[in-house]
Amino acid sequence: MAKVGSNTGNQTAERVYSYYPGCSQLATAEEYDVSARLVSRKLGIELRELEDWICCGASAAHSTDHWLSLALPAHTLKQAEEAGLPLAVPCAMCFSRLKFALHELENKETRDIVSHIIEKELSTAVAVEPMLKILADESLPIPVVKPLSGLKVACYYGCLLVRPPEVVKFDNAENPQTMERLMQRLGAEPINWGLKTACCGAGVAFPRLDVVLKLSYRLLSLIKASGADCVAVACPMCHANLDMYQKDMKAKFGEKLDLPVLYFTQLMGLALGFSPKELLLNKHITNPLPMLRKKELI
Amino acid sequence: MQDTKAIIPEPASSLLSFVQSNTGQNISSCYQCGKCSAGCPTAYAMDIGPRQVMRAIQLGLKDEILGSSAIWLCVSCQTCSVRCPREIDIARVIESLRLLSQAEGTPPAQREIAVFHRAFLQQVRIFGRLYEVGLGIMYNLRSGHFFNNMNRLPSLFAKKKLRLIPQRTKGVSDARRIAARVKKLESELK
Repeated sequence: MAKVGSNTGNQTAERVYSYYPGCSQLATAEEYDVSARLVSRKLGIELRELEDWICCGASAAHSTDHWLSLALPAHTLKQAEEAGLPLAVPCAMCFSRLKFALHELENKETRDIVSHIIEKELSTAVAVEPMLKILADESLPIPVVKPLSGLKVACYYGCLLVRPPEVVKFDNAENPQTMERLMQRLGAEPINWGLKTACCGAGVAFPRLDVVLKLSYRLLSLIKASGADCVAVACPMCHANLDMYQKDMKAKFGEKLDLPVLYFTQLMGLALGFSPKELLLNKHITNPLPMLRKKELI
Repeated sequence: MQDTKAIIPEPASSLLSFVQSNTGQNISSCYQCGKCSAGCPTAYAMDIGPRQVMRAIQLGLKDEILGSSAIWLCVSCQTCSVRCPREIDIARVIESLRLLSQAEGTPPAQREIAVFHRAFLQQVRIFGRLYEVGLGIMYNLRSGHFFNNMNRLPSLFAKKKLRLIPQRTKGVSDARRIAARVKKLESELK
């Protein structure tokens, strides 16, 4: 639960979170971090970035080193526990690793070993929440100034936000709806499609680009056929895989996709009246600006 | 009897019990329905799929599993674990096999994927956070695919996607200490 207090001169409740941006959000996925912070501020949510945070280890740690894959996120969990606020996490990979660590730390023996590694006594009394859940909270008013009318959005969740349910405890593993409801509140039209929690190929783009191309093309071609104008995502890996390789997909599969892939926070930002420049919409490899102009949304 | 032995080799029970105790999963309860392989996004690229991995554990075919591409091509998407009607956390089982293969020094059937993971963690040990440019350089050098992704650089530069300077965090000392203590603990556990 977020700390709720009254905000002088403002009727909206004040919500305060610790914030763990994650490495990608300060580099290739900068636009996710920037738009998440802008939108949060606008909605009266305060994000306090953890100081001197470190990497969660991502899939590299849990693929190769069991204890490291728990100890790295445990360090962040301890920081959040000490800050005494729930932890807001934009990146689906960081979110997943933090939640997995929390889940494993419920076992006393595991918790003792990881506490020994990080030289701090760990508890599991810390709430970790995905940015999507925080910003899509239906008790939070969204002052839409520019409804995303006529914009057909394919909401794509990927794997890590919703699986496995007993670990992440968020929405539904096969047919989540959080992002769809959010898009409706922004005035957009979420489309129905069948692969919104299917995998995009995750982190194997460097070693096995062929796998990423096959899996991501499967998603994008279905989205295209379903008539969407763009894709909304909540994960920097999903974003990279769907946004960066559309030219490669055209070369390999012969279909011109030209489907803009946006972070859901960027779409929120547009509806809240921020400019494309503020939302860093110019940073995507598949340029979303022509489509947004055509729809008269910018 | 000879034939049975050929099908179910001697160490069958030892691999099975190792994986079961290591993961807390009841692998014997797998009845080979194939739902895991059907939903697995990377099964098409594997030499043996998740269903076959489960059967191979039951049969104790250790070398076949540890040398398989399956344990490296699993992207931990968790689809199999969520859908298994026997409620086996298959992704966790495959993860434990990947760790076992490394502990036993089995050459990874997907060398590049292993190289990628190592290059990633190297960045974390050096900087405390991922340095994406450094990861790209280290991956190319170590994998021998020197020109991997080079053709993308112009568009990445044009869109200012790359952060050329590594992120600075005082947490780097924490990351290094944690990595060192994990290493020490793991050598003690051996």
